[in-house]
Amino acid sequence: MAESQFVYVTYIRTTPEKLWRALTEPEFTRQFWHDTIQECEWKPGASWRIVTPDGRTADSGEVVEIDPFRKLVLTWQHQLHPEARAEGYSRLTYTLEEKGDSVKLTVLHEMDKSDSKLIKAISGGWPMIIASLKSLLETGEALSATRRWPEGM
Amino acid sequence: MCAMSAEVDKVFKALAAPERRLLLDRLRADNGQTLGELCQHMDMTRQAVTKHLKVLEEATLVATIRRGREKLHYLNPMPIHEIAERWIDKYERGRLRALAELKAKLEGENNG
Repeated sequence: MAESQFVYVTYIRTTPEKLWRALTEPEFTRQFWHDTIQECEWKPGASWRIVTPDGRTADSGEVVEIDPFRKLVLTWQHQLHPEARAEGYSRLTYTLEEKGDSVKLTVLHEMDKSDSKLIKAISGGWPMIIASLKSLLETGEALSATRRWPEGM
Repeated sequence: MCAMSAEVDKVFKALAAPERRLLLDRLRADNGQTLGELCQHMDMTRQAVTKHLKVLEEATLVATIRRGREKLHYLNPMPIHEIAERWIDKYERGRLRALAELKAKLEGENNG
């Protein structure tokens, strides 16, 4: 069982299709995920990476499981900070469930290592990214803090 | 806007009970616990804990994940984050943190 885990749940007034596109397509991620894009063929076993605005790989891994508009499981290794990188792969699961006029998005980030530095660092970033994603889908505008890559990172 | 304020009402109502804040503290200390684990060292019946967890879950302050036969409870920071986003300006964050740290330090000195 994973030792370090974080779970984020939010309800977004949108459709599973739109939310799925927002989580995977560059025109959306650029707005709520610090101007980054994800490169991936989005099929099982495909490699996956998050690319910073200046072309560096921030995180990378593989698609473990993909069930469009419902579930996406990725392995995830951070690449920019040596300490977090040394921890190896974590696992990220997105679950999308339609609930009335909303979609319940569950983001589960876990690592088989207690006191993971990566999970700790990421737990500060996820709430802002998810809040911005919600804002983008519901109001058409992402939060200003997430539209740019953080300076000096 | 109405749906939004109903969500916020649920969060504040859930946070209004000390028993429920205690449950959130327990999850913050050790995230991903079963009902049985959460009941340990609690001055509450299992039924009372179940009831409080239900209120927390409806307010999305607690999220549950099934793992085999177990249901694990996690602290979900999203609603509190949204409340902070709404009333705390981003430029105030650094100053508020410094003040909170100063308060913790001074109070720690007094207690020690």
